[in-house]
Amino acid sequence: MDILKQISENLRGGNDKKVLEFTKLAIEQKIPPKDILDDGLIAGMDTVGKLFKAHEIFLPDVLLAAKAMYSGMDELKPILIREGIPTIGKVVIGTIQGDLHDIGKNLVGIMLKGAGFEVIDLGNDVSPEKFVERAKKENAKVIGMSALLTTTMQGMRKVIDLLNERGLSGEIKTIIGGAPVSEEFAREIGADAYGYDAASAVDRVKKLTREK
Amino acid sequence: MRPIVKFLDNELLERIVSEARDVLCKLGVEIHNRGILSMLGDYGAKVDMHRNHALFTDEIIDRTLKSAPGSFKLYDVLGNETHDFIGYNVYFTPGSAALNILDYKTRKIRKPTTMDYIKYTEVVSGLENIASQSTAFIPADVNENISDSYRLYLSLLCCKKPVVTGAFSVEAFNIMKDLQLAVRGTREKLAAKPLTIYSCCPTSPLKWSDVTSQNLVDCALHSIPVEYVSMPLAGFMAPVTLVGTLVQHTAETLSGLAISQLTNPGTPILYGGSPAIFDVRYETTPMGAVETQMIDCAYNEIGKHFGLPTQAYISLSDSKRLDTQAGLESSMGATLAVLAGVNNISGPGMLDFENCQSLEKLVVDNEICGMTLRLIKGIEPREDFPALPRFEELLKEKHLLISEHTLRYLREEQYFPGPVIDRANRARWREEGALTLFKRAHREVKRLVKEYEPSRLPGEVKRELKKLMEGEARRYGMDSLPSRDL
Repeated sequence: MDILKQISENLRGGNDKKVLEFTKLAIEQKIPPKDILDDGLIAGMDTVGKLFKAHEIFLPDVLLAAKAMYSGMDELKPILIREGIPTIGKVVIGTIQGDLHDIGKNLVGIMLKGAGFEVIDLGNDVSPEKFVERAKKENAKVIGMSALLTTTMQGMRKVIDLLNERGLSGEIKTIIGGAPVSEEFAREIGADAYGYDAASAVDRVKKLTREK
Repeated sequence: MRPIVKFLDNELLERIVSEARDVLCKLGVEIHNRGILSMLGDYGAKVDMHRNHALFTDEIIDRTLKSAPGSFKLYDVLGNETHDFIGYNVYFTPGSAALNILDYKTRKIRKPTTMDYIKYTEVVSGLENIASQSTAFIPADVNENISDSYRLYLSLLCCKKPVVTGAFSVEAFNIMKDLQLAVRGTREKLAAKPLTIYSCCPTSPLKWSDVTSQNLVDCALHSIPVEYVSMPLAGFMAPVTLVGTLVQHTAETLSGLAISQLTNPGTPILYGGSPAIFDVRYETTPMGAVETQMIDCAYNEIGKHFGLPTQAYISLSDSKRLDTQAGLESSMGATLAVLAGVNNISGPGMLDFENCQSLEKLVVDNEICGMTLRLIKGIEPREDFPALPRFEELLKEKHLLISEHTLRYLREEQYFPGPVIDRANRARWREEGALTLFKRAHREVKRLVKEYEPSRLPGEVKRELKKLMEGEARRYGMDSLPSRDL
């Protein structure tokens, strides 16, 4: 079996040690780092995503695969940076101001990282200014906002308004999620996407980053 | 701790048994079978051949209770053990002998055909919480004289699970026995590894017809397990009280036990039944009524008191559609049955009292069964003590989704139902087509049919089964069987 296939299959099985071992081997054998990323690590995570959707594997399996993905990525990232190869994108995430609930947001973060995104997690109780400024500074493609309370979800609108005010709305896309949030609400406040769970959030973020 | 539900205290239970003995010994039982009456007479029963009547004795009852085995095992067509009817082990089997099926496309009840039956065997093959097949409904496209044996033939041919069945006539026993012999090879092998259970039903009150009582004898002679299916109707053909109905059920069941055990001491049996209350508003026998289910659980306690394995028709519904009523009655029954420890639980798939099978309901019920089977595993510590390290891990890692402890126990602690049970959030449910339960169930039926793998029964056995069945069909004027190429 070729090395990239070994990476992707071990990633599917959540074997972080093997993924690291084969990523190192691939680097040693001078396989182009972009191929290691796309045809090894990301290919493996794509399979994991499909299996998860089909209920063939469960969330812990996805997270183990994500963990294995990090182990490969940690090895590969310095080379990607050195060679000027961009990752698939940076995403700034956080729970909206006034809201301390971060379980859903954390899960989205893990899954995004597992899918190959660079994730900047601002934590919870994040102000609109902080979301926008950090996203601009990091050159992030997407801001992901989470809320659990109907009282705090309105804060998401403020982030989008602020992006509009600063002329960043086309450049930085927004995705929202959380128990009280819906597709309708996303449309109403002008968010670019809505993720109904962590896996769908990853799908939507991928779509948003491809749109650019 | 395995959770258990009980309805009778010892004093009440013993009083019911004692009153049932009184009924058997002082009022007796009507048995329309001279051979059985003679046999009972040989063992000391006071027999009146003209009235087809026998007064039992305590000696007969004690003797038969002593010889009846406290457990037995069941094996699939390939000879693998599938059931161990002992203690509080529980197994589900589809409700049997429905006259109709619920057609998914038309949403109407209709007479089933051979193709429906084959599809049923394919579905039941893939249902992991349904341990056996039953001859669930009666194909209407064959001569009625072979409709009982034909069901068994299709079942043995298509699905490897053991079969809960029954004969509609004395003559049918022979071909049904021969079909089983074709699978096992010899009479001794069939006795050593039972493949079927025959339901044998007395007629309430306190009566055995020639056919059903002869079936008891024939099964006993071949050590084929039987389940007694006494059906007292509380308030109609039995006292209106649950206790009174239990007295009658006990008497009728003990009379069946006597016939089996005197014929062949040690022959395997299930202390079963299908009693019900009688709904005096609709003149019906609601199987989903809570009182019906209480009677079932209580007679199961009496069976366990005798040290016998048990059976009940309990996880089924009176509803005509796969609706909320169907779900609530079936799940209430299944839950009570597993908690009571009914060893062979009959009912999944059944609607309209015991008249209509639905493949869609069967796959839904499979999930109900799965949940109840989880229920009785109870709550057990699994490396939970001391608790501190786990919580230290939780606080450090912020979640336990990929903790070793989670990975080790996730599938033991949690039952994961199939796609029939909707646990998606609303947005995902909508995205996946906003399917109703009936549609999800039908999709699952289609998947199971598509993924069905034919039974690994050897080709020569299949050919022998076919030869036997074709011979039987010819006896009743059918030149060929309607089945597809099996």
